[in-house]
Amino acid sequence: MMSGIAVSTTINGDEVEFLCQAEETLLEVLRDRLGMTGAKEGCGTGDCGACSVIVDDRLVCSCLVLGAEAEGRRIDTIEGMADGDKLHPLQQKFIEHAALQCGICTPGFLMAAKDLLAKNPDPTEEEIRFGLAGNLCRCTGYDKIVRAVQDAASVMKGA
Amino acid sequence: MGFDPSFSSRQFKSVGTRPLRPDGIDKVTGRARYGADFNMPGQLVGRVLRSPHAHARIKSIDTSKAEALKGVKAVITAADLPDMTAGDAALHSILENCMARTKAFYDGHAVAAVAAVDARTAREALKLIEVDYEVLPHVTDVDEAMKPDAPLLHENVFTEGVDPRPSKPSNVAKRSQYGHGDVQAGFREADIVIERSYKTEQTHQGYIEPHACVASVNADGTGDLWVCTQGHFVYRDQCARLLGMDISKLRVTSSEIGGGFGGKTHVWAEPVALALSRKAGRPVKLVMSREEVFRASGPTSATSIDVKIGARKDGTITAASATLRYTCGPWYGMWAELGAMTAFACYGLASVQTVGYEVLVNRPKTAAYRAPSAPMAAFAVESAVDELAGKLGMDPVEFRIRNAAREGTRSSYGPVYGPIGIGPTLEAVREHPHMQVPLGKNQGRGMACGFWFNFGGQTCTDINIGVDGTVTLAVGTIDVGGSRASLSLVVAEELGIPYSQVKAVVADTGTLGYNDMTDGSRGTFSSSMAAISAARNAIEIMRHRAAAMWDIPADDVVWEDGQARAKGENHGNLPALSLKEIAAAAPNTGGPIAGHSELVADGAGVSFATHICDVEVDPETGSTRVVRYTVVQDAGKAVHPTYVEGQYQGGAAQGIGWALNEEYIYGKDGRLQNPGFLDYRIPVCSDLPMIGTQILEIPNPNHPYGVRGVGETSIVPPLAAIANAVSNAAGVRMTHIPMSPPRILAALEAEQAG
Repeated sequence: MMSGIAVSTTINGDEVEFLCQAEETLLEVLRDRLGMTGAKEGCGTGDCGACSVIVDDRLVCSCLVLGAEAEGRRIDTIEGMADGDKLHPLQQKFIEHAALQCGICTPGFLMAAKDLLAKNPDPTEEEIRFGLAGNLCRCTGYDKIVRAVQDAASVMKGA
Repeated sequence: MGFDPSFSSRQFKSVGTRPLRPDGIDKVTGRARYGADFNMPGQLVGRVLRSPHAHARIKSIDTSKAEALKGVKAVITAADLPDMTAGDAALHSILENCMARTKAFYDGHAVAAVAAVDARTAREALKLIEVDYEVLPHVTDVDEAMKPDAPLLHENVFTEGVDPRPSKPSNVAKRSQYGHGDVQAGFREADIVIERSYKTEQTHQGYIEPHACVASVNADGTGDLWVCTQGHFVYRDQCARLLGMDISKLRVTSSEIGGGFGGKTHVWAEPVALALSRKAGRPVKLVMSREEVFRASGPTSATSIDVKIGARKDGTITAASATLRYTCGPWYGMWAELGAMTAFACYGLASVQTVGYEVLVNRPKTAAYRAPSAPMAAFAVESAVDELAGKLGMDPVEFRIRNAAREGTRSSYGPVYGPIGIGPTLEAVREHPHMQVPLGKNQGRGMACGFWFNFGGQTCTDINIGVDGTVTLAVGTIDVGGSRASLSLVVAEELGIPYSQVKAVVADTGTLGYNDMTDGSRGTFSSSMAAISAARNAIEIMRHRAAAMWDIPADDVVWEDGQARAKGENHGNLPALSLKEIAAAAPNTGGPIAGHSELVADGAGVSFATHICDVEVDPETGSTRVVRYTVVQDAGKAVHPTYVEGQYQGGAAQGIGWALNEEYIYGKDGRLQNPGFLDYRIPVCSDLPMIGTQILEIPNPNHPYGVRGVGETSIVPPLAAIANAVSNAAGVRMTHIPMSPPRILAALEAEQAG
């Protein structure tokens, strides 16, 4: 009855193995089984983007992916975004521009912005706005988020 | 201890700068811990069973099958909670909202809860609870609920504030009235009188983090609660009172909070989690789903408002009146009263009268939402003011400047204003470049004003100076959007040390005295006042320590730029002692150095804003795009201007959502049809333009630095500003919020049909 599914995967470059139930989402596995609470559950229905992670270079809502589907995949989460104690330019710019108030949406925004800049290193304001339209922020009105992404993009281009 | 909170002008070194926030790195690396990010050993999973009916008598609840399920450790209903039916009405309604006792009053009302070893078992257990309902007629519309033959929620509610007391019960819980002068005489003096009716729909605060807590109650009656809240001391006191616990034995630790906007000032799940833990004898984690958040927490009032304003041809308003009807959900709240108080607060009026009706309906219990009740009243009044200006042939900004309240004006809700910002924000808007930008096809410009009281309240703060000269600031107001940064700036300013030397933390209820919630825009206002007081107390101690180190009288020591200096001819050659040096010597000069402060932060300066908005309305689809937006607001003194801008922008964005999209949609069966972010659509990044801000600083005379609260006022003007802009763009006056595409299309078609 309580038999679990054995899954082998790679998270932030580390090999990880876990057991999960068939109905468990990747988000539940990350948070409740692996203690990686950086991805947040804002809705559980793929509408808010707070649980965004990158699976094999594809941005997904981890609440819409089953834990069992992580088998053999490469998963990047917010916990792996900084390089040791060196913040990713997006992380640094989010702090500098006050692109967060409560911060609950921030990990999802950072993953979405990282994915956006990987595919489009020089986005226009409109491309940033549509690229991040899958992530909800209720505090900032997005103004400072867009500016942080613009600034990070220019830093990353120069790097 | 003789703390003088009055404003005195000064040159700031730290306040007004824009350093990085202390909690930034935790929040961009995923390390910050929010409500659902905490776990305790042996914790159970809690789940709540909710009524599918809008109004139903609970005939019986059979929990035996759920209790028998393997892995279920506790099942509770109202029978497991104290019966407060005959007690304090406010507490009773809070508890009844947490768990229905005799009737379910709305779709989503909690009727039972379980704690089980895992989520799967808890879900299964909920299905095994059998509730026998007698479905009753329901009412969700505010105007319908006021009719004499409307389904009645409570048999024992007789309208308060009406003389004589009504003989029959009704859904109108209270009538309140504000104003002064003779409005009938005032309307007779008017050359033009405008009379309009408006409606606004119910919205939710829409914080991205659902309510979450971990509760642990021990057999000896002590307990711990980890929770996302805007006020952990208030949650502690309420939970203890509701459950019959000793306040001091319940320790509440606030998590990082993932948005609140007023919605996390009320307990919902916390008493249930504590009761489950008490019964199960194990910690219980209870996290709401998004659907539960919409169905059972939050929302603001739906309203129906009539406004009448008269003016002379020269543009002077002679009289104004309004009748405001606000939904409260199933229990009384002072929501219409707040609307009645704020409606005309921007103006200096010879004669004004507002009447508010608190209306009970089968919707979730109304909760505070950022400047609660003010946006709807402002929508109605500012729409009418705009229309009246048009009829008078006056510029809407000039018309408002002419009638704006100023220092010495008796406000429409009673008090006489001190120095205020309504006139200056209007003048800044008149001069703002935004007003000169040419408009394109199908575009329109609107502007509107807003007011909020601001609040001070009980506040307690500690400053502890480490032996290395760094400073810990412990506050009891939750940091909802950067207040640890702003409060650290204030302490740095007062002590004369660098910002980087101060570390601010939010203390738990076991380690600091009582604090009211972070509400009423009071976080930075009140805690900065207490922090300044505490810092001055610490300075007093350091002066004495320095005096002891020098062996001179303390009266001969002054504190300047983070240093103790000996004054007077006799001590001229003594080198100054830095805070660091005094701290290092502390173990030998009297022990730890600290400054404490407990106060009621009176004198929160009232707040005003004026917003400008340009929209483009598509006449084919009725959809509206905000193309340009500017916020002008008085901050008193902006402690950390970047986060002040953030408050301005965030409130404007929420107001834009409220104005154009957001609404609770109920079916004929009284069930909420859109309890999710897909169908309850809050603004996304691609919906909005950059939001311009202009900070005015008109010092609050009742704060040492002149600070006013800034958090709430920004949501007050947008509904009206956008309605005025849409009306100018589309050529039809919109009187129903939200102005969703179907409503705009209907208005356009009605206009064409004549």
